[in-house]
Amino acid sequence: MEFFLVSLLNGISYGLLLFMLTSGLTIVFSLMGVLNFAHASFYMLGAYFAYQTSRWFGFWPALAIAPLLVGAVGMAVERYGLRTVHKFGHVAELLFTFGLAYLIEEAVHLIWGRSSLDYRVPPDLDGTLFTIYGTAYPVFRGFMLLVALAMLVSIWVTLTRTRAGLVIQASLTHRQMVEALGHNVPRVFTLVFGGGAALAGLAGVIGGAAFVTEPGMAATVGPMVFVIVVVGGMGSLGGAFVASLAIGIIQTFSVALDYSLADLLARLGFAHAPGGVLGEFMRLTIAQAAPVIPYLLMVLMLIFRPKGLMGTRAD
Amino acid sequence: MTARTLRYKPVDLGRWLAWGGFALVLLAAPLASGTSFAITLLSQMGIGIVFALSYNMLLGQSGMLSFGHAVYSGLGAYIAAHALNLIGKGQLAFPVTLLPLVGGVSGMLFAVAFGYVTTRRSGTTFAMISLGIGELVAACSLMFPGFFGGEGGVTTNRMVGQPFLGITYGPAIQVYYLIAAWTFACTAAMYAFTHTPLGRIANAVRDNPERAEFIGYSPQRVRWFVMIIAGFFAGVAGGLACINYEIVSAENVGAVRSGGVLIATFIGGAGYFFGPILGAIVYAAMVTGVGTLTKAWLLYLGLLFLVMVLYAPGGFASLFVMNLRMARFGQLRRLVPHYLALAAAGLAALAGLVGLAEITYYFSLEGEARPRTELFGIAMNVITATPWASAGALLVVGVALTALAWRRFRREWDKGQRAIQDEGNRP
Repeated sequence: MEFFLVSLLNGISYGLLLFMLTSGLTIVFSLMGVLNFAHASFYMLGAYFAYQTSRWFGFWPALAIAPLLVGAVGMAVERYGLRTVHKFGHVAELLFTFGLAYLIEEAVHLIWGRSSLDYRVPPDLDGTLFTIYGTAYPVFRGFMLLVALAMLVSIWVTLTRTRAGLVIQASLTHRQMVEALGHNVPRVFTLVFGGGAALAGLAGVIGGAAFVTEPGMAATVGPMVFVIVVVGGMGSLGGAFVASLAIGIIQTFSVALDYSLADLLARLGFAHAPGGVLGEFMRLTIAQAAPVIPYLLMVLMLIFRPKGLMGTRAD
Repeated sequence: MTARTLRYKPVDLGRWLAWGGFALVLLAAPLASGTSFAITLLSQMGIGIVFALSYNMLLGQSGMLSFGHAVYSGLGAYIAAHALNLIGKGQLAFPVTLLPLVGGVSGMLFAVAFGYVTTRRSGTTFAMISLGIGELVAACSLMFPGFFGGEGGVTTNRMVGQPFLGITYGPAIQVYYLIAAWTFACTAAMYAFTHTPLGRIANAVRDNPERAEFIGYSPQRVRWFVMIIAGFFAGVAGGLACINYEIVSAENVGAVRSGGVLIATFIGGAGYFFGPILGAIVYAAMVTGVGTLTKAWLLYLGLLFLVMVLYAPGGFASLFVMNLRMARFGQLRRLVPHYLALAAAGLAALAGLVGLAEITYYFSLEGEARPRTELFGIAMNVITATPWASAGALLVVGVALTALAWRRFRREWDKGQRAIQDEGNRP
């Protein structure tokens, strides 16, 4: 029970971080049809910007400044890059962001070096929120949860309950009509892309402090983000939320489970150890297999429910 | 009785010339520069050509943007390495010359399994799934050290079995000719594939899957079949890499390799059959040639890729074909001065960019410890402003001049295009 509760809480906070990361990608994808390969790079930029600005101004201003800076970078990318390749189609846009991810990583190498940075949880949030069964639950995890929930609510409200959100939604489906009503649709797209980047930046400010800030952090979470988008259903914000939580919880639980197929068989009374690759497979513990579990989940999802948890299309 | 289809087959001189020339280049390339570095580079290019062409079966011919193609070449390479080790132990009798076939068949089998999942979707979803499968295999490579060899990878030795006519595959030049022979055979086979009914229907599925479905083909199955064949050739490339490097490690199935083949194919030109050949050559030259010269090669590669995506989405192949068309109509002459101006301005911009990048890299890596250095034969102190400012100024001026030259070039190019159109419209 103790293990269960602690893992569940950790899983939820990790899942919410994943959701902060995926929400921007999902919004940009569902509104613009652009799959932003550099999304995880924006996450990384968020962490690095936060490191830099928190050294100058402290953590709290950095929490606002870093995402805004990342959003500005995102807007520049959309205005001077994506808009140029837009006429070549979505694949060209995807390729552009793919190349951009390389450049951002190189830029980070150049400016901040190749080793990890000393970017930590600020002292205000460095403490214990509560203790269950002798395990301390850090304040920062709670803060992470709070930010993610605030983000989810504000995205939902902005997109569905405000005038700006309606213009954004209509820009994709009825572009010409929206233009005829006097809205600058390319600018709407620039803002949406910048907003998505800023959300990734915000996730980076928090994720960088909670985990580790290093040049490989984009490559670590990047594929995971795509898995979540596929499992949740392409372009579905609700699906992304559920899938992030599910994958966060599954990952956290599996890391702690030190059982293997061989253990199971031994418990059932078949204590034999085959050699070779099969033996390795049998002795593999769930904890060791944890990195592949999300990908296996994605494969299973594609076989049994190709449109994802809450997706609408299966093309 | 007449044949049901009318066939007219003149001697296709152009085709004979192109393929003969390709074979000749493959044969003569090591003779031009016999250094061991050149042979290493050429071998790498040969492997890259097979790999990029197999990738282009997906990207160019069937419209599948894959981020996980290294899975098939890498797993093919692993199985080829294990097979080679078995041959070495005498437990398996198989000629080393045909080892790439082992890689090919295993790549194909993995493509049957993984491809079934990935090809269920197309477009950007396919891209994401292929990335996921790539990550899955890459993560597995650290979980099963028995098969993947853990961090160190699987080492092997290609000098096994009886020498045949003095061929032991000991010297690099022999390996080069093995790779060249396989490159030629695979290129021919993949070119032939483009003319098969499956190759043709793959183009239809790329352009309009709905219509392909209406004439009775399942786009999903077509994509799967193409994937299987592409997996075979990727596996051949993996088998060749296994023979060439005698080591296969987790890197071979990794995301960097998958991204590399995408970049190579795209900068070469996915729209033309010969595009990936150009791309693989440029890519190998960038990675191995530029990579040995400077640490900034990844930045240059990324910039080259972005510039191609933004301004020449057809790759080098389309630039070549467009100029060939100009030349055929005698319009190239008017462009020559503009090309020269563009080249001069571009070189200035490039020099500024390279200078700035190299100074930055030096500063970032050596820091303030050793500020005095010599770059391009120019002594400088990187903690003073002079080198930064001069490189930056060169870059700004170069870019401005390039933009100017580009505008004039563009005007002349359009004139040439119109002249060609007028010629076509003349009664």
